[in-house]
Amino acid sequence: MGRALAVIIWILTLLSVSLFFIDKWWFPTAISSHAAALDRQFLITIIVVGIAFTAAQVGLGYMVWKYREDAARSRALYTHGSSKLEVIWTVVTAIIFIGLALMGQSVWASLRLNDAPPGSYQVEVVAQQFQWNFHYPGTDRVFGRTDPNLIDDSSLNFIGLDDADPYAKDDVVHSVLAIPAGRPVELMLRSKDVIHNIWVPQLRFKQDLVPGMVIRVHFTANTPGKYELACAELCGQLHFKMKSYLLVLPDDELGALTALPQDQFQTRMTELLAKYQLPTQNY
Amino acid sequence: MSGETHEAVHRHPAPTGFVWKYIFSLDHKVIGIQYITLALAAVLVGMTMSVLMRMNLSWPGTNWPILGTLFPGGAPGGMMTPEFYLSLVTMHGTIMVFFVLTTAPQGGFGNYFLPIQIGAEDMAFPVLNMLSFWVTFVGFIVILSAIFFSGADSTVGPIGGWTGYAPLSALGQIAGPGQGMGMNLWIISIAIFCVGSLLGALNFITTLLNMRTRGMSLMRMPLTCWAWFTTAVLALLSFPVLLGGGILLLLDRLAGTSFFIPGGLYVSGILSGTNPNFPAHTGGSPILWQHLFWFFGHPEVYIAILPGMGATSHILATFARKPVFGYRAMVFAIFAIGLLGFFVWGHHMFISGMSPYSAMTFSILTLSIGVPSAVKTFNWLGTLWGGRIRFTTAMLFAIGFVSLFVAGGITGLVLGQTSLDLPMHDTYFVTAHFHLVMGVASIFGMFAATYFWFPKMFGRLMNESLGKFHFWITFIGVYCIFVPMHTMGIVGMPRRFAQFTEYEYLKTLHPLVVLVTVAAITTVLVQIVFYFNLFWSIFKGKRAGENPWDATTLEWTTASPPPHDNFAGHLPVVYRGPYEFAVPGAANDFVMQTEPEVTQQPVGSGRERTSGNGHDGHRR
Repeated sequence: MGRALAVIIWILTLLSVSLFFIDKWWFPTAISSHAAALDRQFLITIIVVGIAFTAAQVGLGYMVWKYREDAARSRALYTHGSSKLEVIWTVVTAIIFIGLALMGQSVWASLRLNDAPPGSYQVEVVAQQFQWNFHYPGTDRVFGRTDPNLIDDSSLNFIGLDDADPYAKDDVVHSVLAIPAGRPVELMLRSKDVIHNIWVPQLRFKQDLVPGMVIRVHFTANTPGKYELACAELCGQLHFKMKSYLLVLPDDELGALTALPQDQFQTRMTELLAKYQLPTQNY
Repeated sequence: MSGETHEAVHRHPAPTGFVWKYIFSLDHKVIGIQYITLALAAVLVGMTMSVLMRMNLSWPGTNWPILGTLFPGGAPGGMMTPEFYLSLVTMHGTIMVFFVLTTAPQGGFGNYFLPIQIGAEDMAFPVLNMLSFWVTFVGFIVILSAIFFSGADSTVGPIGGWTGYAPLSALGQIAGPGQGMGMNLWIISIAIFCVGSLLGALNFITTLLNMRTRGMSLMRMPLTCWAWFTTAVLALLSFPVLLGGGILLLLDRLAGTSFFIPGGLYVSGILSGTNPNFPAHTGGSPILWQHLFWFFGHPEVYIAILPGMGATSHILATFARKPVFGYRAMVFAIFAIGLLGFFVWGHHMFISGMSPYSAMTFSILTLSIGVPSAVKTFNWLGTLWGGRIRFTTAMLFAIGFVSLFVAGGITGLVLGQTSLDLPMHDTYFVTAHFHLVMGVASIFGMFAATYFWFPKMFGRLMNESLGKFHFWITFIGVYCIFVPMHTMGIVGMPRRFAQFTEYEYLKTLHPLVVLVTVAAITTVLVQIVFYFNLFWSIFKGKRAGENPWDATTLEWTTASPPPHDNFAGHLPVVYRGPYEFAVPGAANDFVMQTEPEVTQQPVGSGRERTSGNGHDGHRR
C-alpha cells in the first residue's frame, strides 16, 4: 500500500509538472514594455514553486515508501523533533519567500508608484454593464466635460459628454480601444454602474474600474496588432460577453484615426479591425 | 462561587425524550453529529451545482432535458442561461465555504472531540452550543430558500460570487437578474451564519481555557485542540466584521443608505435619484465592502483549513506510530498562521484601486505566511520519517492532505506577488489555488477525520476496502480537476464566465475544460461510495472497541460511543504529552496520556525525560 501510494504521488507530480511545459498552454506572446520583466519574474517564481512542489511530493512519496510498517523494525524511531532543523527550515523558507515577495515588487513599482510620463497618450475608459466606452480627446488633446446628469444611453451619449463644452466638439467615444505602439499610454478608468475590470492577456495588465473613482494607470504597448479585451470582474448577467478589442497602431495610423470626426472614426475603425488579425500563436 | 457550584453549572442530566436527546440536544457529541450531518447535506447541494457548472462550461448550448424540466426558467428548453450559471457560481461558493468548510471541521469534529480530548464532560455552555447549531441551521434554510425565492429572475439564487462585491450586490433589482430577493436572502443567511459561528467560537475558547482535566497542560493538548482553539479565535474576531458589513449592505439595499454606493451612478438606463426604483445615493465606497469582506474572508480560509491541519497531525502521528515531529514548532506555526492571517486580506485587492503601497505591504506579509505553512509541511514529513506507517484509510487521506496542501498552498507564492497578480488575478489560476488548498485539502482533512473517529462516534469501523477505493479515485480525481486549471489561468481564462465561446484565445483550452469536467463528474460519483460506507457502517460496520487504532489521546480511553458525560463519571487524569508512540522500554508501542508516570526507573538506563520539546510539558 505504501509503495502504491508513493508511486501514485510521484506519477501525479510528474504529470502536474509536465503540464507546465506545454507551449500552447502558456502565456500568449507579450506586447507591453513591462511584460518581459514580469514574465521573467513569473518564470523564476514558477521554477521555485515547481522545485518546492516536486521536492515535497518526492519526499512525501519517499517517506511512505520507505517507512511502511514491516517486521524488520519493531518500533518507530522515538524522537520529538530537532530544534536545529526547525530553525534551519524556518530561516531558509523565510529568505526564499520574502525574497520572492521583494523581487515581485519591481514591475509593480514601475507601473504603479509613479505617474504616467509626460506626453503619454491619454484615453478615458468608461465601463458600463456589458459595454466598453473609450473616450478620445480628439485633435485638441483635451477631454470635453462629462456629467452623469447628461448620460443618456438611449441617445447614445454613454458617458454624459457635454456638447456645450468647446473641448468636447472633437471628442470621440467608441467601443474599441486604439492606442499607439511604442509610446506610453495613460488610461483614466471609470465605471458608470458596478465594478468592471480591463484585461488584455497580451498586455499582462489588469485593473478594476470602480464606480465613484477615477483610477489612472499607465503602460506601453509595443507590437501593433489586434487583441481581445475582456472584463475580468463579475459585473452581472452578460459578464462573459463584455468584450472589446485593443488595437495597437503605428503612430501615423493612430494619428489619422483620431483626427477624424465621430462618424468617419467609426468607419475607419471598422476598416482597421478588419485589417489587423488576432495573433495566431496558441491556437 | 465555590468550585463545586462551578462544576454543577456544566453538568446536565442525560435527556430521555427523543426531541431533547437528538433534536434540541445539549450534548456536544450530538451537536457535533448534527453539524456533520448539516455539512453532508450542504456538500451534496454544492457538489451538484459544481457538476451543472462544469457541464455548461464544457458543452455550452447543449440541451439537457432534465434541466429544462427542473428549472423551466433558468434552463428554458434545457439550455442553461448565463444568469442561471452565475447563480450556481454564487450558491456553490457560499454553501461550500460557509455550510461545509466552516461547519464540519469546527462545529462538527471540533464540537465532538475537543471536550473529550481535554477531558471535559461537555462544552462550557451547552445551551449556547445548541443555539449555535440551530442558528446555523436556520442560516442554511435561508440560503436554500434563495434557490426558490429568486422571483422572476430564473436563477437559483443571487449573482455576485461568494464575495458579493458591491455595488453589484447593493443596487438591487435594477442591476439585473439575481439582484432581487435572492440577494437579500443571501445576505441574511450569511448574517445568521455569523451569529451562529460567534456563539460557537465563544464556547470553544471558554471550554478549552477553563475545562481541561487535571494534568492537561496546554502543551499536552493534542494538536487538534490547538487548531480548533486558534480557529475559534479567528472566528470570534473575523465574523463580527462580516456581520457588520452584511448589515450595512442590507441597509444599502433596503433602506436607501449609501455605505457602498457612490453618487452619480447610471444603471440600466436610469440615473441615481431620478426614479423610485433607484433612489439617490452619494458618498459610498465600493472598496470599503471589499475591505470588510476580506478582513473576514482571509481568516475564513484558515478557519477552513486549520482543523484539517490539526486532524492531519494527529492522524499522521497515530499511524506512523511516532510522536509528532516538532510539537512546539507546530503550535507556534498554528499561532503564526492565525496571527498573520489577519494582516494579509489586501492581497485579494491588489488591483481594486487600493493604494499601491498598501498592496506592497500586503504582498510581503502574504508571502511571510507561507513560512509557518512550510514549517508545518516539514514537520509532517518529519513525523513520517522513521515511522512504521499503517496505511489505514484515515492515514491515506491524511497523507493526501499533505500532498494537496503543498500543491494548493505553494501557488500562493505566485498569487501573493503584486506584479504577478496583474496577469493572474481573477483567472482560473486563482480558482485552482484556493480550491486545492482551502477546499480539497480541508475536505481531505475531514475525510481523514471521518474514517479515524467514526469508530469512536458510532462504535463501529467504516469499511476499509470501500474507504481505500474512495481515497484512490478521489485523490487522483482532484489532481486531474485542479492542476489543469492552473494552466487555464496562465493562458488567461477568467473566472466566473458563463461561457468561453466569445474569446478566440480561450479556444485552445477546450480539451482541458472537458478533461476537468470528466474528472469532476467521476470524482463526484465516487463520493456515493463514501456516503454508502458511512450509513452502512453505522449499522453494519465491524465493532470497534475502545481503542481500535492503538492511539494515545483521551478520546480513546472511554467507550465507543462515549457515554453522555464522556467518561462515565470519572474524569481522566493526564500524565504526559499526546503523542507518546514508540517510547523505548514501554510495554506497548503507544503510551496513553492517562498512563501514570513510571516512578522508578531502572538504574543506569540512561533514559532521561526532558520537557524541552513539549512532549512532556510542565506539570500542575
